[in-house]
Amino acid sequence: MNEHRVINFMLRSFVALVFLFILTPIIGSFVFSFNVDRFPSLPLGGFSLRWYEAIATDPQVWQAFKNSLLVGVVVSLVSTLLGFTAAYTDFRYHFFGKSVYMALALLPPTIPVVILGLAMLAFLSRVGLSGELHAVMISHIVMCSPFAMAVIRMRLAQMDPQLEAAAWNLGASQWHAMRFVILPFTVPSIFAALFVTMAVSFDEFAVAWFVSGLNETVPVRILNTLQGQVSPTINAIGTIVFITTITLTTIAQILLMSRQQKPADGKRS
Amino acid sequence: MITNKVSPPLPAREEPSDTRASRPGRRNFRLPWYGLSFSLPILIWQSVFFVFPLVFLVTISFWLVRNFRMQPAFESQNWSYMFSRGFFWDAYFHTWAMAAGACVLISVVAFPCAYAIAFKFRAATRQWLILLLITPFFTSYLVRTYSWQVFLSDQGLLNSALALLGIGPLPMLNTAFGSYVGYFTLCLPLVVLLQLFSLMYIDRTLIEAAHNLRAGRVRTVFLVIIPSARVGIVVAALFCFIMTFGDFVSPLYLGGGQPPTLSTLITDTTKSGQQWPRAAVIATAMIVTLLMVAFLMVRYAYRRRA
Repeated sequence: MNEHRVINFMLRSFVALVFLFILTPIIGSFVFSFNVDRFPSLPLGGFSLRWYEAIATDPQVWQAFKNSLLVGVVVSLVSTLLGFTAAYTDFRYHFFGKSVYMALALLPPTIPVVILGLAMLAFLSRVGLSGELHAVMISHIVMCSPFAMAVIRMRLAQMDPQLEAAAWNLGASQWHAMRFVILPFTVPSIFAALFVTMAVSFDEFAVAWFVSGLNETVPVRILNTLQGQVSPTINAIGTIVFITTITLTTIAQILLMSRQQKPADGKRS
Repeated sequence: MITNKVSPPLPAREEPSDTRASRPGRRNFRLPWYGLSFSLPILIWQSVFFVFPLVFLVTISFWLVRNFRMQPAFESQNWSYMFSRGFFWDAYFHTWAMAAGACVLISVVAFPCAYAIAFKFRAATRQWLILLLITPFFTSYLVRTYSWQVFLSDQGLLNSALALLGIGPLPMLNTAFGSYVGYFTLCLPLVVLLQLFSLMYIDRTLIEAAHNLRAGRVRTVFLVIIPSARVGIVVAALFCFIMTFGDFVSPLYLGGGQPPTLSTLITDTTKSGQQWPRAAVIATAMIVTLLMVAFLMVRYAYRRRA
């Protein structure tokens, strides 16, 4: 019994250590972003907003935020649309070669970003599209649509396939059934997919770095800052991005959770 | 109101299989526009902008660079150039060793953690821990890397803390240790999560049976729990290998970039000048390696127990 307790205690301490390791850099960058020192050391320097002021007055950072936002909006719209069609296809149809189709729809996130970045750069510059923001958009849509598909497919899995058939039975055309049965059911997951894909795009640096040329997005700006002389403005940008993405994802999560109860009530009534 | 109308009539049940069979337009030879308009978009998009670029990447590894411009050709020059260079093989084996080491180390560190979260905490606490494990995905990997630089550098936080204890500055940044800190930052949360999900769905009765049969704690873990969760553990390790094999941030900004890994070779070769065909050779070699590793590991994961 005593031995049991010792082992449990050790396991729990180990979990605590692992979480300490995982959270250290996150909390660190948050703290350093408010620290006056360029090279934080012990004891920590005083509180300061100078790094936030520095990025607020840096036109490159503003431009990067504008670019990221533009890319994020376009990417989330298109990849959610693509993800929806793919999820619905998987939900409803069986056909020859479906496993290949699914692999195509889901594989991009498993390709190392360096390889994908180089491939996109080579291809897009060959067809005259690289070095512009739409090169980043195209690559990010490739990388994000699998996430959108996964989110929407999970929602469709909760739906009774008979519902659509019932609508046809009652005289709805396929498009009507889509409009009045499938779409309303998937709306929360569509919004969730919009936010998730935007968060992924907002965070992606490697492929964007390869294809963006001079049009930096926020993560590319960070990467280029990292290469130049080190500056804690990275922490300030990182904190802002963290708050942005966590807000987006929390909204997505709330949307998914709040609607999950509703259909259950609807079915019972 | 509407739901009531839909569900009761029985014939509605027979309808779907019937319509589904006839839908692909076999009886009347009209194209199934509806189905196509949902299945084709992603097929077209991913073929044009995902498969084709990758195929094109392999293609340009046979092209030539003349007067700083790539020209279509079918020559093995780039391949023989890269494969005859010592620095390529150094980078190749270095990357292999780093990724394999990270894969094993991270799996070994993650397992006790995932095990403890799965079996030693209440459900509510587990939810919170999972939430905490997901947070890193919302912070930029670059920002976390930079944060580690501040911790690990010679005048950084860790070393100044050590100095208070009278221990001289330990070189941590720009060493293999630094690379590994980066790899752990990149992979540990994901590996713990994947292992945790496979552990949570183990049939608990198996564990009880093992205890009833007087298997000790350690024997239960190694003979019952790990084999039951094998798929999850191997898949997690595979993800870890793929991610560390292709990562260029940690080896460069925490490991100091010496010796280079394949991914840093690619970024260097691409960004400095027009030697894209040579970078394509490296990338193709990486793809082939990863495919082989993935194939072997997946086969191992799903192999029937002897």
